[in-house]
Amino acid sequence: MLKIGNFTFNSRLLLGTGKYPDFETQKKAVDVSETDILTFTVRRMNIFEPQQPDLLQQLDTGRYTLLPNTAGAENAEEAVRHAKLAKASGLCDMIKVEVIGCKKTLLPDPVETLKATEMLLEEGFTVLPYTSDDVVLAKRLEEMGAHAVMPGASPIGSGQGILNPHQLDLIIEQAEVPVIVDAGIGSPGDAAAAMELGADGVLLNTAVSAADDPVKMAEAMKLAIQAGRLGYEAGRIPKKRYAAASSPMEGMSRT
Amino acid sequence: MNVKINGEWHEIPDHLADVRTLLSHFQLDNRVVIVELNDTILEKSEHADSQVHEGDQMELVQFVGGG
Repeated sequence: MLKIGNFTFNSRLLLGTGKYPDFETQKKAVDVSETDILTFTVRRMNIFEPQQPDLLQQLDTGRYTLLPNTAGAENAEEAVRHAKLAKASGLCDMIKVEVIGCKKTLLPDPVETLKATEMLLEEGFTVLPYTSDDVVLAKRLEEMGAHAVMPGASPIGSGQGILNPHQLDLIIEQAEVPVIVDAGIGSPGDAAAAMELGADGVLLNTAVSAADDPVKMAEAMKLAIQAGRLGYEAGRIPKKRYAAASSPMEGMSRT
Repeated sequence: MNVKINGEWHEIPDHLADVRTLLSHFQLDNRVVIVELNDTILEKSEHADSQVHEGDQMELVQFVGGG
């Protein structure tokens, strides 16, 4: 069970809803992923196109907890405004703080992220900040009251996997709130590795939506996250320099 | 009357005098639409009582896919 603030979830996969080839594929991918949490973002609508597809209606969102993000915000004030817009839908209390500080790398702005987190906590939101893998920053966010911290594995949408497992390991080790590895996951192996490190969950989007077969990849990610978590709970063996035989050395039959 | 919606000025019929009627006119009443009227974000329950006036600025936003 994954507990974030007052919410409890069965699945440890948080799935993004961007960039799928079509709604039908997205619907199937979301379904087989068995995720409980879907991320969204808030954008202006075209008022002259009432028939434009409505993502919320397509996805039977009653089954899911919605996690809107503040993507596009360039400072704390914009992030707070986006969060309030999302909350006014009456559909969600959680918010993923995402304040980007660099257009090229899409890396989060640590100062504005910290500020936005503080402001949103004061407003009563359940706050999940997307942050870099900075160990001290993660601690500062937690001390401020963030309900989870979400360090990136590598830049958003890059699929580079976990660039610095040591940093994530330290963040996980010190954290008293859930750590969700967010951004940069490329393959099921990456997701499993994050879970084996002891992450409480993984948030991914492009790795599924832009896969050759998003539905199959959604299932692969689900299984990878389950396997990684089980492996973490089971406790892996320490690495040794030399071999250690699995079969008994005694009783060998020789002619 | 002239109302600025999502950054652009639109001439809308004068009888669209409150947010709910305006959304209904644009056939948006069955969708999840979040409305900000002159820098005030409205709960859905406030739509019917929120008057729309000449020169008002509105933001109409929705949830779209994102990660």
